[in-house]
Amino acid sequence: MSDTIKNPEQQQRVRVERERRIAASRRNKIFFAVFIVIALVAPFGIYPVFLMKLLCFALFACAFNLLLGYAGLLSFGHAAFLATGGYITGFVLTEYSGLGTELGILAGTAASAALGLGFGLLAIRRQGIYFAMITLALAQLVFFMFMQSSFTGGENGLQGVPRGQLFGFIDLQDNLNMYYFVLAIFLFGFLLIQRTIHSPYGQVLKAIRENEPRAISLGYNVDAHKLLAFVLSAALTGLAGATKTVVFQLASLTDAHWHMSGEVILMTLLGGVGTVLGPFVGASIVVTLQTYLSNSPLGEWVHVILGVIFVLCVLMFRAGIVGWFSKLIQRNFK
Amino acid sequence: MTILFGVPLSVLLGQLLLGLINGAFYALLSLGLAIIFGLLRIINFAHGALYMLGAFVTLLSLQYLGVNYWFALFLAPLTVGLIGMLIEKYLLRRITGEDHLYGLLLTFGLALIIEGLFVKLFGVSGSSYPMPDALKGGFNLGFMFLPKYRAWVIVAALIVCFVTWYMIERTRLGSYLRAGTENPKLMQAFGINVPLLITLTYGYGAALAAFAGVLAAPIYPVSPGMGANLLIVVFAVVVIGGMGSIMGAIVTGLLMGLIEGLTKVFYPEAANTVVFLVMVLVLLVRPAGLFGKET
Repeated sequence: MSDTIKNPEQQQRVRVERERRIAASRRNKIFFAVFIVIALVAPFGIYPVFLMKLLCFALFACAFNLLLGYAGLLSFGHAAFLATGGYITGFVLTEYSGLGTELGILAGTAASAALGLGFGLLAIRRQGIYFAMITLALAQLVFFMFMQSSFTGGENGLQGVPRGQLFGFIDLQDNLNMYYFVLAIFLFGFLLIQRTIHSPYGQVLKAIRENEPRAISLGYNVDAHKLLAFVLSAALTGLAGATKTVVFQLASLTDAHWHMSGEVILMTLLGGVGTVLGPFVGASIVVTLQTYLSNSPLGEWVHVILGVIFVLCVLMFRAGIVGWFSKLIQRNFK
Repeated sequence: MTILFGVPLSVLLGQLLLGLINGAFYALLSLGLAIIFGLLRIINFAHGALYMLGAFVTLLSLQYLGVNYWFALFLAPLTVGLIGMLIEKYLLRRITGEDHLYGLLLTFGLALIIEGLFVKLFGVSGSSYPMPDALKGGFNLGFMFLPKYRAWVIVAALIVCFVTWYMIERTRLGSYLRAGTENPKLMQAFGINVPLLITLTYGYGAALAAFAGVLAAPIYPVSPGMGANLLIVVFAVVVIGGMGSIMGAIVTGLLMGLIEGLTKVFYPEAANTVVFLVMVLVLLVRPAGLFGKET
């Protein structure tokens, strides 16, 4: 390709672009290193259970962002995967208490991936708004199934799920052990998503998002690409749900409710759709807000406040916090 | 007593009647969604909240102003229709031209706000609205008992649905609406006030939802959450029918209500999931929906 570029002006532009990308990648690495350091010392300053909740929701939002931000698919049914991961893990750990926690989480993740395959096969038959409505309706179907079946404990949920031991020798009852385990899971999910986005597969996904007919005409199997993205997103959402269940020792219908699907959209939108750090930032803000609001006199206003943030985001802040910030950096530090 | 498929005929017909009533609500709501979608290309997630608003206007206007049911039938759609027009003019208008998914998200946020406010003001549990005197009691048809109010709901919903259908398919205003659905830019070039048409359309869709809310007030508890769960079923109905045709929305709504009623008789466990299962089936066999055009 580079042979065809003769024009010096064009060469200059290519060089600037490459330098900008290298600078951006260096910036990301620094961010990441700072994040790791903060994450490692955080539980000594902040209540670990709160941090774990935050990490679980951040993974949830990152998994959702993989689908919305990079494949351009708005799923309104991600609560179903969060809940499936939680319920299956809770069920496995309660029934087979000898099993290592990691196997329980794996079971929940696998179940969510399977459910994601089912949802995906149906939903990718339609596009855009219909896709959103179909995923919402399917998630509601799953909600009713969880409500009616016996193993989920109905309205009470699965309570007292044992945290168990990791690999048979690390006691997860200890909040600090549990925290580092959750951090490891989050980093695994986060890096897997990064790897996916920057792989050739991720580039095709973006091409489909930008112009689906063109991607088809280039010979890509669009449906297979979308389906894989959907399954991956569902599996990672299930992983988040499974981890959350182990942390709180509880799987409940709240996770399956469509409010949860809406919340993850809000987290992603607020942080910045299609940005690397956006979902994490968005999840942190929403979870912090919910935690503090529920302990304050404003507790009853949570839904109204979330709704107002939603409306404001859509009306005048569509790039999200991280999107807005990176625009600011680009404008001032070229 | 006549027995049909192992079920007494009166029980079967009773459930079918209940199903038909639910179907009437599905039809009214999916009709409003289809009209709004046609012109604005937005799926109105606030539709459930507007339906709830209609029921609350009915309830509150009786409690505080002494407005009776018959007057509320006009007052509630008018009030909610006006609210709808304000929502369109000051909020939805700002995102025209953006990805259509933002319309869904904006109206979702609005639904959260409206429902959250009503939970704060009136609590989660519902209050009941007294049945209007003229519609108390029922007719004995010999093989079953037909409560007057339920008959009224079906008749009123059908009349409103068909009037709407007539307006869109047979009148001049309706022809503008259909043309606007096809090509709004060309319409504007012909000197038709498309922005006004859009505002009126959203207002009319909101009014339809509110009308359904008034009809629901005497038979269902009036509560802030009454619209949200209903709306998701209506979404499934819309996917089943496809949003291509007005008549399709009406017919699919009624049909799904009947299927739900039948399921309640023969397999009650699946009653609240059957519509979603039908949706899955339709997606497998005919992804564009029963009345939709392949895209």
